[in-house]
Amino acid sequence: MSQKKAPYELPIGPIHPALKEPINFTFQMNGEVIEKVDFAPGRAHRGIEWMGMRRNPVQILHLCDRICGICGVAHALVFAQAVEQIADIEVPDRAYYVRTIIAEFERIQSHILWAGVAAHELGFDTLFYLAWQIREESVDVIEYITGNRVNYGIMMLGGTRRDITADMFPRLEQALRYYEGLLEKMVNLFLNDKTIAMRCKNTGILTKRRALELATVGPTSRASGLAMDVRIDSPYAAYGDLDFDIVLPDVYDSEGNGDVYDRIIVRIFEIKQSIDIIRQCMKQMPEGPVLAEEKYAKLLMNLKKASGEAFARVEAPRGEDMHYVRMNGKQEAPEMWKVKASTYSNQMAWVEILQGEQIADIPIIVASIDPCMSCTDRVAVVGQDGSAGIMTKEHLHRLSVRKTRRLQS
Amino acid sequence: MIGELLTTGVGVVLITLFGIIAGLFLMGVDRICAARMQMRQGPPLTQPFTDIRKLLCKDSIVPANAIPSLFNAAPIVAFASAVTVLFYLPLGSILPVGTPLPMVGEYGDLILIMYLLTVPALAMVAGGFASGSPYASVGAQREMVTMIAYEFPLAIAIVAIAWRLAVAGLVMPFSVNTLAAHPIWTVVGPVGIIGCILLLIVLAWVTPAELSRIPCDTPEAETELCGGLLVEYSGRNLALFSLSMAAKLVAMAGLAVLLFFPWNLSPVLGLSGVMATGVDLVFFLLKVIVVMFFSVSLVRVVMARFRINTVVSLYWGWLTTIGLIGMLLIILDGSFLFGGCFS
Repeated sequence: MSQKKAPYELPIGPIHPALKEPINFTFQMNGEVIEKVDFAPGRAHRGIEWMGMRRNPVQILHLCDRICGICGVAHALVFAQAVEQIADIEVPDRAYYVRTIIAEFERIQSHILWAGVAAHELGFDTLFYLAWQIREESVDVIEYITGNRVNYGIMMLGGTRRDITADMFPRLEQALRYYEGLLEKMVNLFLNDKTIAMRCKNTGILTKRRALELATVGPTSRASGLAMDVRIDSPYAAYGDLDFDIVLPDVYDSEGNGDVYDRIIVRIFEIKQSIDIIRQCMKQMPEGPVLAEEKYAKLLMNLKKASGEAFARVEAPRGEDMHYVRMNGKQEAPEMWKVKASTYSNQMAWVEILQGEQIADIPIIVASIDPCMSCTDRVAVVGQDGSAGIMTKEHLHRLSVRKTRRLQS
Repeated sequence: MIGELLTTGVGVVLITLFGIIAGLFLMGVDRICAARMQMRQGPPLTQPFTDIRKLLCKDSIVPANAIPSLFNAAPIVAFASAVTVLFYLPLGSILPVGTPLPMVGEYGDLILIMYLLTVPALAMVAGGFASGSPYASVGAQREMVTMIAYEFPLAIAIVAIAWRLAVAGLVMPFSVNTLAAHPIWTVVGPVGIIGCILLLIVLAWVTPAELSRIPCDTPEAETELCGGLLVEYSGRNLALFSLSMAAKLVAMAGLAVLLFFPWNLSPVLGLSGVMATGVDLVFFLLKVIVVMFFSVSLVRVVMARFRINTVVSLYWGWLTTIGLIGMLLIILDGSFLFGGCFS
């Protein structure tokens, strides 16, 4: 109190109740208002890529399940797509549908989980408990389909490890009806509540132009009015055969100025969209096998011989996930594996949307892009004495040039 | 003289014990009520007692850049002042002035209670600033702003009621005994009753702010400031703050009971002596639980946390307006309509 200098510095993180994962924010504050934002990710780095590049693609696939605790299937799916592209694996049509169904159930549980977290960040714990109770149903269905609640382990290179048979449809339908019945209630609770509207409207605004310039993805960009969704822009799995539209905030009578409220709208209505997509999938699902190559040994043989490089993209619940895989045909492990999670694209929006807001809004604005730091963190720079170093642009450029040369040789 | 001192001493100890036990019990009730409304089981009723016992066993850590004297004194001041409020409030039929607890003499009245209620908050502010943590500093600033915001509507409610009692010809309208003996509802006419209901709403809204509960828990704000004022407190100091919160809960609900529901059960049942005191104490606790349920548990379950500027505009704008309208109605009632006045 004695040295009253404005602006003062307010650190949030690496561990803080507002953050569900470690990340370090430093705010320059003037009273309750944020003047400048800086953040340092890299606190949840686990060296997954490093581990992956010492394993064969089937092992990596299951490692992918563990990149993110919430969107487990998205990373596995995108990695499978990249490897299938390199090794020319023909995926059976039915597998595409199974992948789509599980991906959409994952979207439902992820969005409801987020809704609960958002309510908690606002101090509205009743809604948090309600949301997480509702979420149980989707997790139960996922367990029913895959056998696991969290790390599903259902993806396989060339298809899926389990089928969704017709006798499982009634259970799926039951879950979909459950959510349909609750949707109106959720819209009412989250979007018509006075205190939520008061806290979220005109908070953390990301304009359409800035959303485009900052290359945001997923619900964050859609809430700002950008009509982009990998499921429609470059369809994968069964999405090409399905009929659905991009969810923009105008579905619920909003001006769509890209505030936190719009991000809630987009996520809630994407739950509705997911229900619709799963219904379509169950109706259109073709007969046939779900796995291209049942024998692992043979699959691994083929993969070892495969060479080439591939990019694959998937619309995870938080936005676009992208994997780059490069195989040289000599070794089992890929020569290069690069994971780009959706938060990597969205995190720079924080600097923009936190500026000029109040301390009270930090938790909800930080949560509004649905950050997943353990997906995002790919590097942590630590000096030999334990100090955290900062890499300059030139240094990073030199490193990447060196890496490209190494890959080319 | 010695005998009087002894009685006072025993009385103080008894009331303090009652404040702690009743406060922690109320907190337990509050947690169970909130949990049931949130479709949860909730902790057992004894949970707050267990929490305090655990805190008392733990080390009190003083941060390196804190001011230790102030940092350690704040919880004691907060606890002492919160318990002191209870000495001046009627607990059932145990009136603060006169027998059987003559410890406070004839000096305590509503004005004193109002000032005493601000002391725990001020102690928390001092402790927050003394912690030397940016979270605690922000929390302390917010607590000060919140205090400034809710004191005015609270004062309106208390002054309006006391004024009406004075108009009705009662001597010492601010005295707690007068209020307890003459419930405001029996004094005012129909216009005044509407005014009183408005003041009751104001008081119900002041309670969560006074107790830093959602939606007015901005000074503590778990997700924003990780506990704000209390962030650096641990062990015995934190236990004292929790106890002062518990006593304050009883005091705030007790104040609402005193102002608006001072009736006792023993005259109705025709009891006397120790039996009457016991029954009235239980009835008082019941009333306090009802007040707490509506102004704390229910509100904190159905709302999100306000921003600090919303708190100020809510209390200075809306609640002050409601309070002034209520006051105006009571003035009208007192000046022109002498209906219902039977003094």
